[in-house]
Amino acid sequence: MDRTIPQPLTEDDIHALVDGQLAPGALVALQARLAHDMAAQATVQKWQQQRAAMRGLHQQILDEPLPATLLAAAHQSAASQQEVNQWWRWGGMAAGVMLAFGVGWFSHMAWHGGAPSPELAQAQAARNFARQASFAHVVYSPEVRHPVEVAAVEQEHLVQWLSKRVGKPLKVPDLAPQGYELMGGRLLPGEAGARAQFMFENAAGTRITLYLGALDKSQAGTDARQTGFQFAPDGPTPSFYWVDQGFGYALAGPVPRGELMQLAEAVYRQL
Amino acid sequence: MNGQSIVEQIPALRRYARALTGDSWAADDLVQDTLERACSKWRLWTAGSDLRAWMFTVMHNLFANQLRRATRQGSGSRVDIDDVAHELAAPQANPGLALDLQNCLMRLPQEQRVVVLLVSLEDMSYAEVAQITGVPLGTVMSRLSRARSRLQKLLDAPVRSGEPPAAAADKVSPLRRLK
Repeated sequence: MDRTIPQPLTEDDIHALVDGQLAPGALVALQARLAHDMAAQATVQKWQQQRAAMRGLHQQILDEPLPATLLAAAHQSAASQQEVNQWWRWGGMAAGVMLAFGVGWFSHMAWHGGAPSPELAQAQAARNFARQASFAHVVYSPEVRHPVEVAAVEQEHLVQWLSKRVGKPLKVPDLAPQGYELMGGRLLPGEAGARAQFMFENAAGTRITLYLGALDKSQAGTDARQTGFQFAPDGPTPSFYWVDQGFGYALAGPVPRGELMQLAEAVYRQL
Repeated sequence: MNGQSIVEQIPALRRYARALTGDSWAADDLVQDTLERACSKWRLWTAGSDLRAWMFTVMHNLFANQLRRATRQGSGSRVDIDDVAHELAAPQANPGLALDLQNCLMRLPQEQRVVVLLVSLEDMSYAEVAQITGVPLGTVMSRLSRARSRLQKLLDAPVRSGEPPAAAADKVSPLRRLK
């Protein structure tokens, strides 16, 4: 060894040593310098102990079963990221929960509103319907792999199937003039039986959904079961909705009100 | 990237949040918020990039915001973390090393605690920590230095809640002190 005294270690050197963040070459050089630096050796030792103690902290958490709430949140994240089949059913479950919550909340609201007039009850039922459409939109429209159950290539089958399930002959509106192509559709649960959702997408990847199905008769009343166009700005995504002969329609999507209105009118004209 | 890998992040996120907040309820709330935020911010995550670093970044930002809000709402007066450290962890009948260490961690300023935990507990590189916390590498290093020195003093000091730490004793194995 020559007699030159190696440079003392800097604090950053000591951290890097303690945290194992050195390239192999640098590590050897640093260890050589450390051999001559008593103060640094003491610091290294202290901080190594500190680091070891910290790494033991809450170690048990790593082995604990995950709380259900966190798992659900993670699966929802996964569903919104939409990559793997396996997680799809969790997404469906989350959707079920959200819908159930929506339905439960509004039934609760309706219940506590005393005995509302038929008009009020009907407006309430229609708003519920729009709300559910909005939930269904935000749950399914971000899907990458499984946005629809039956794709547009099987349009004939899709329409027959959904018509049969919702108990009314359905027709898929053509929104190509507005730039939206049918992606497909799916069956959903509603208060009064099955509901259907058709999904459309434009060239920019914006998706809108048409949600339709019978309204709950007990809420909607038997007469005056018709409404004009209504805008529902609340809910996770805005929608236009209307009721025709006890059958509800809601067009939901993250597009400006004016554009959504035009789309809704186009749908209305065709149905 | 798939659903499984998000779930795989949860244990580490929980442990880090636990050490960061000093409270298991607050920690799981923070993890929950992180997962929900991640859900709404997926577009900001670049596929193929490091999911762990991204989740920790989301958590870091949420935590920093929570603290800012808490500070603002604190009846106009700033609460020093040192003054409330003894309230943050409930006293236990059988305090041990872990509790002591956790108490000392809670007496570090938040930005120092974040750095020392990410480095020590999560084995993050200094560059990753800089990215997660959004500060330059030099700031990470100085925070790490201050955190380790201060933690050492706290661990060495005769511990009595609420009192400023005494000057460091020059013992080398200080981690056995019971509170």
